[in-house]
Amino acid sequence: MKFRLATSLAFASLWHRRGVLGLVTLTLTLSITLLLGVQYLRTEVRQSFSNTISGTDLIVGARSGQLNLLLYTVFHLGDATNNIRWSTYQTLKEDDRIDWLVPISLGDSLKGYRVVGTDDGFLRHFRYGNEQALKLEDGAWFRDVFDVVLGAEVARELNHVVGDDIVLSHGTGSVSFMNHKDTPFEVTGILKPTGTPVDRAVYVSLEGLEAIHIGWESGVALPDRTVTPEQARSRDLTPGNITAALVGIERKVLTFQVQRQINESQAEPLSAILPGVALSELWRVLGQFEKALLGITGFVVVTSLIGLTAVLLTLQAQRRQEITILRATGASPSLIASLYLLECVLLSVVACVIAIGLGAAAIALLGPWLLEQQGIQIGLRGLNGSEWIILACVPAASLLVAMIPAWRAWRGSHHQGLSATSHE
Amino acid sequence: MTTQTLSKAAPGKTTKAMAISSEALSYAWSEQTTPIKFPDIQLAVGEHLFLQGASGSGKSTLLALLSGLAVPLHGTLGIMGQDLPGMSSGQRDRFRADHLGVIFQQFNLVPYLSVLGNVLLPCHLSARRRNQTLPTPEAEAETLLTALNIAPELWHRKVTGMSVGQQQRVAAARALIGSPALILADEPTSALDADNRDRFIDLLLGQAETRQTSVVFVSHDQALAPHFRQHLMLETQS
Repeated sequence: MKFRLATSLAFASLWHRRGVLGLVTLTLTLSITLLLGVQYLRTEVRQSFSNTISGTDLIVGARSGQLNLLLYTVFHLGDATNNIRWSTYQTLKEDDRIDWLVPISLGDSLKGYRVVGTDDGFLRHFRYGNEQALKLEDGAWFRDVFDVVLGAEVARELNHVVGDDIVLSHGTGSVSFMNHKDTPFEVTGILKPTGTPVDRAVYVSLEGLEAIHIGWESGVALPDRTVTPEQARSRDLTPGNITAALVGIERKVLTFQVQRQINESQAEPLSAILPGVALSELWRVLGQFEKALLGITGFVVVTSLIGLTAVLLTLQAQRRQEITILRATGASPSLIASLYLLECVLLSVVACVIAIGLGAAAIALLGPWLLEQQGIQIGLRGLNGSEWIILACVPAASLLVAMIPAWRAWRGSHHQGLSATSHE
Repeated sequence: MTTQTLSKAAPGKTTKAMAISSEALSYAWSEQTTPIKFPDIQLAVGEHLFLQGASGSGKSTLLALLSGLAVPLHGTLGIMGQDLPGMSSGQRDRFRADHLGVIFQQFNLVPYLSVLGNVLLPCHLSARRRNQTLPTPEAEAETLLTALNIAPELWHRKVTGMSVGQQQRVAAARALIGSPALILADEPTSALDADNRDRFIDLLLGQAETRQTSVVFVSHDQALAPHFRQHLMLETQS
């Protein structure tokens, strides 16, 4: 009965002071939304990050560290230290344990977006997210030497549509003075957004890359050595080397065996990495930042709770008469103290509920826009265990900070007479 | 500081059960202050006592002792035959909820509760008071409010918009509900004009009489003395 009385008194008291407490609750709500949002995004980004590439068992490149290889093949960051000979690639292709191989050739760009030389195996075998295959928004995958397929962000940012002619630049800088202007490409397809680095890449055939580099053997276009597209087509466009290869293993149990064999290759120094392991290692490095961010937002919530306590302490002075009445009517000091605890916890629970609603609304509204505009895939889902724990920490922390006014009230009630103002 | 009594004992009441029985009571708010000594009180069940005294004479302190919110330094105090100072803090709280009604000078009501919510408060804190209501707490609250001239349209409203006179009558209803043994009224009429004051006292004492509830009525206003048969004066002496 006492708990019911305390709860009904706490509700009535909160409603009575809704003006001032509403503002404090708003502050608390916003800070909880921020905290929950950061945690939610952390989970989503980590998920999205680890889903950047899936279904690929090994990535093979010239001998280097696994992070470097992962960064330039999957994230298109940095450059390869060396190339793989085409003959080595062909040898790997003949290995029975290998189900499929997709070549990757890097080195050129389109206004800062990396150009990836590959073949149609990329469309067939590359997977991201939950084993999702690439899909074309418009047009078709390249068939001709001078066809090009654009990632969703590239097409959107550079305003290209199927049928446009584009000129690739030599090198990977965002501004290049060396353009392959003699050999323009035609956009034949635009990929659907994936929320991965695929959106920020330009895909051409290996033959196309070979063709535009005829006459560029020294790194710059030599006069009279460059060719027209027609002349290029008549040449043998088999590449001499490629940057890396994505590998699918026939029987997954053999993955480590194939990896070890490639790493110990006598033909040329190679590195074969497991994408999942490399992604986890990369996330461990990047994860420090998001942990710091979560810590900061945690402090924002704590600050809001301290603000709430300050308001409750200020209100305490105004509530002396009310507490005197309750004490005179027979309420125990514990009941008075529990009022403060209940009010603080109720406020934080209300703030949590509103924060969940606000967060859900924000994700529902901004999710499609984020994928479309920023290539970040964030969908609405139920809260996971760690998010519930973080959320539950808020009422728990509010209970803790409410101990201050509650203890003061409890102590004051013990020394209280029948008068709220003076001891006559 | 000392106190002195000017009581007029009610004849023929000595054999009745005592609502208050105190002897050689004294109290000090701290170790540094001189203890206040109080005159002995013998108040029979159903009797009404007028406790008069100037500011600083210890009226509110005596009420705090009678309500169990303070414990005397010396002396004995029995309320309804129970040794109040001998009880634990929790037992005194329970005793107060079960047996006492209190009316203050002003700001008597919990501001966020309705009129009925305020009147029913003692019934939520004491099962005894709730069980003593007839036929139900709500019905008795309505009977009391009607008897104390609080219009039904006000019963479900917040108390903050009411006049001081109305608020004091609601406080009286709260003190009376569940027929407690003793009502302590601490200058409840000081904020009222003469007409409202007399009407309030008549209503309060009339209802208390009906319920055989004893009343200790504190005031510094000598004009109220005729309403009571028993008087006690506390005097300040430096």
